[in-house]
Amino acid sequence: MHVEPFTDRNVSEHSAYYYVDIENYPVTGWDKFKQVVKRSLKGELFVGLWVVMREMIKFDIHTVKYPLEKLPIGPRYRAVHKLLRLWESGFERCIGCGLCEKICISDCIRMDTRIDENSRKEVTEYSINLGRCIFCGYCAEVCPELAIVHGGRYENASEQRAHFVIKDDMLTPLDFLTAGQQEEYPGFGAITPHEDERVSKTPLAY
Amino acid sequence: MNEITITIDGKSVQTQEGEFILNAARANGVFIPAICYLTRCSPTLACRICLVEADGKQVYACNAKAKEGMSVITSTSTIEDEKRAIMEVYDVNHPLECGVCDQSGECELQNYTLELAVDSQTYSIPDTFKPVQDWGLIHYDPALCIMCERCITVCKDMIGDGALSTVARGGENIDAAFKESMPKDAYAMWNKLNKSLIAPNAGDTLDCTNCGECTSVCPVGALVGTDYQYSANAWEHQQIPATCAHCSAGCQISYDIKHTSIADPDDKIYRVKNEWNYVSLCGSGRYGYDFQNTNVTKDAAKFDAAIAAFKKADTISFTSTITNEEAMILQRLKEKFGYRLINEEARAFKSFLGSYSAVSGQSLYSGNLKEVHESDFVVSIGSALKTDNPNARFAMNNAISMNKGAGLYFHPINDPVINDMSKNVTQFNHAAMMEEAALYLMLDLFGDKTAMPSEIVSYLATFHSTKTVTIEETIDEKVTETVMKKVLNEETGVEEEVSEEVTKTVKKKVSKEVEVDDNRLYDLLNAPASFADTLTKYLAKKEKFALMVGPDLYSHPNSVNCARLVALIEKYTAFNVTMIPNLSNTLGTALICDLDTSAGSYTIGYNTAGNFTLSALGNGDLDMPAINQQEGTLTSIDKRVNPTNVAVGFGGYTLNDIANALGFNEALTVNYTKQLPVNAGFQAVEFDTLPNYYTNAGEEVRGYVLTSISVTVNGDKSVTAFHESAAMGNGIVYLANPVLQFTPFTAKAHQLKETGGLYASAAFMSANGINEGDRVRVKTAQGEIVVNVIADGKIDGEIPYLPTFDTQINSGALFDGYRFATVSIQKV
Repeated sequence: MHVEPFTDRNVSEHSAYYYVDIENYPVTGWDKFKQVVKRSLKGELFVGLWVVMREMIKFDIHTVKYPLEKLPIGPRYRAVHKLLRLWESGFERCIGCGLCEKICISDCIRMDTRIDENSRKEVTEYSINLGRCIFCGYCAEVCPELAIVHGGRYENASEQRAHFVIKDDMLTPLDFLTAGQQEEYPGFGAITPHEDERVSKTPLAY
Repeated sequence: MNEITITIDGKSVQTQEGEFILNAARANGVFIPAICYLTRCSPTLACRICLVEADGKQVYACNAKAKEGMSVITSTSTIEDEKRAIMEVYDVNHPLECGVCDQSGECELQNYTLELAVDSQTYSIPDTFKPVQDWGLIHYDPALCIMCERCITVCKDMIGDGALSTVARGGENIDAAFKESMPKDAYAMWNKLNKSLIAPNAGDTLDCTNCGECTSVCPVGALVGTDYQYSANAWEHQQIPATCAHCSAGCQISYDIKHTSIADPDDKIYRVKNEWNYVSLCGSGRYGYDFQNTNVTKDAAKFDAAIAAFKKADTISFTSTITNEEAMILQRLKEKFGYRLINEEARAFKSFLGSYSAVSGQSLYSGNLKEVHESDFVVSIGSALKTDNPNARFAMNNAISMNKGAGLYFHPINDPVINDMSKNVTQFNHAAMMEEAALYLMLDLFGDKTAMPSEIVSYLATFHSTKTVTIEETIDEKVTETVMKKVLNEETGVEEEVSEEVTKTVKKKVSKEVEVDDNRLYDLLNAPASFADTLTKYLAKKEKFALMVGPDLYSHPNSVNCARLVALIEKYTAFNVTMIPNLSNTLGTALICDLDTSAGSYTIGYNTAGNFTLSALGNGDLDMPAINQQEGTLTSIDKRVNPTNVAVGFGGYTLNDIANALGFNEALTVNYTKQLPVNAGFQAVEFDTLPNYYTNAGEEVRGYVLTSISVTVNGDKSVTAFHESAAMGNGIVYLANPVLQFTPFTAKAHQLKETGGLYASAAFMSANGINEGDRVRVKTAQGEIVVNVIADGKIDGEIPYLPTFDTQINSGALFDGYRFATVSIQKV
């Protein structure tokens, strides 16, 4: 492995550090007064403001009128997570295998599972602590069922973080699903094109 | 056994002669894959994956014995092909449900599939429908089963229930083309796998002692604890190394903990795991883990009340379900404030040990359960083995089944579980109070009569007499008969009758009178007919003898005499003796505390009734932590001081807090570990330095072993005669617990919740016209209680028993020390 030159913790002139050329801070009261007067009257403020005024009178501006307008985001954008359902049956895709919980590098995913009345593993509660989540996408990548994916919702403003992270908020509502509005995620972990050709099939005797 | 040197993959390895190659390799850090083999059990040869080449010949490492100078190669191209094919076969039709399977992450099928890099499948066979089965505490999914038969092996060779066996699988035969195309061993293994499935012997469900060891050894998710199903994943658990708190076996366990739920971040124990190659758990250890005292906060008012009570009290009464450190604190409190310490069963054990030492000159008994495992003739006297100490029962069964051993079991209650162990076990269902006769019989049969004190020899001689018995013998007799034969006359062509003499040998039964030695001790102990002959058969080629004595002797009215007899047996016979302490830490308590006989006027009860009660059960005046909430040490039957750790938190006060408030100054309870009395055999070591693990060679590296201290003796080896008239006839009741229960702590665990009653065999119920669920009045000379009758299929004979685990039943009050009492039982 390459050893980075960080072992030299002795910051000196011959090291990689160099000093930015900064004027000395005024020390005396008179020097401070002179600096204030110079900065106030030199008109430096208008250097910046000039750009605004110039664009104001141009009329062919390209500013996105957020929040009225939003830029399209890339399919692999990784914002707040979603839990998807199976198209055919409407069941939750999540089987509770716990891989996302295990792989999460900021340890912010937790799930509660139990055996349900049909002897299946049921995920009773699922939560992501968005205060700790770094949106790395590992959970979506590791998910064997394409159950947890990243959505495009990046506007995380609410009174509580918890508003984004309980299972009911993340899970596709059933009416959404029946209306065909559940979006498949083409990002990390999604099946790549030509996957069928790469898989060798298990021989079956029936 | 001789130390030999063999070479495994060029590495020189020291091992014992006759040791299996697999064990030698494991002990020396050489990896040989093996699925079906269990250390301490017989090789099954089901998986065939442990193939190695020894001196140029392919053998199975799990059943090939090491020989001096042997050269073992673990990997050749043929072996690699076999292994790869075997793993492919295991993966045929194995459900791809790792995502939800409880074994995922610790699955041997997953591990070996990855180890041998199985990434494609060559073989196939039509699958069959195999529905899941619910066996109570145990859940079986045959679809996941790979037929390694470890469950069957452990149940038979270790546990002794023999509750599982193979049944026909059904389904199609393997395509004949595979026989030619696939490696030989893989085909043979598949052929075996494809023929069978696991099933309980008792039909639809298990009839066993519910130890759950089968779930522990299962390499895949086929056998899992019903309660654990789908509740967590293996890798999420933090494993807390601990010592089981329920009986004196002191098994090493790990509490697998995880947060309770998303809403509740507090730790919860999800299951108990064990190192199944080296230690086997009973059901109490495995399922009785959540006995912690929950929702406790520091209530200063209650604590002040406790301190006030301690200032007022003159007696502390406690049970032996405490750590050595707590016992040490109690002893320090006694030394400082003069409290009387009351713990009847520990006191009985202490005085038994004392009486034993007075003859043997040693403070501790010589044996331990490991030696029982290694012996080939095991005797148990005075203990309801399967419930007093299940591990002692496993040891007896393991010794008998693995070492071609035999055993004797002396107890008034007939135990079908003991009968199931082997046909080479004889039960003596003697009358209660006849335990001394059993001990004398040991001296009589195995004692060195030339070395024994002459009074004992002459006393033993009084039981012998010669009697004349008529025996039937088969002898060969020559008989000469005249038979008529038809012979064809060649000249005339006519058949003629000719007489001819023929001599034959005929087996004939004759009765004969012989003089035989008649041992009246056999009659006194209700020995089966012709036991003397059976014993001769048992003793053929026996080398290592082990005797286990149990709590019936400690509380025996003549316990002093019993103890002296035990010491004599140890001295004058080849037996090494192991004493079974009643409860988890009876031995530690007996060694640490000076115990008193009578209580004073104001008693502090610790986990037992008192004027002021400290309780880890959550029903007292001040809450205390249970053993799974404490760190400390427990002293086991193996005379080992085992460390245990905190599995779940506790928010209240501990005994150490009380001691500190009363003038002691130790920050932590475990500071007392190094203060444990060295003159009783303990060592002055810090708690944090105590290890708790097994090595790959199976060596137990846990805590430390108590030192047996030499005691000066006066040479008096006299023992008193026993009185035949003291034998208690029928109409008695025993004080014991049912399978899976030991103390109120086991009954508190959610999987083992149980209400006690009068446990009775089917024979007792039919003889007395009582049905299960009837309410009966149980009356002894000491008192009476009214309880429900509970049927117990794991006992036989006419002696019912009352439990101690149920705090609602004050069964102890019905007994006068001794575990048997004369009783009248009436329906109400």
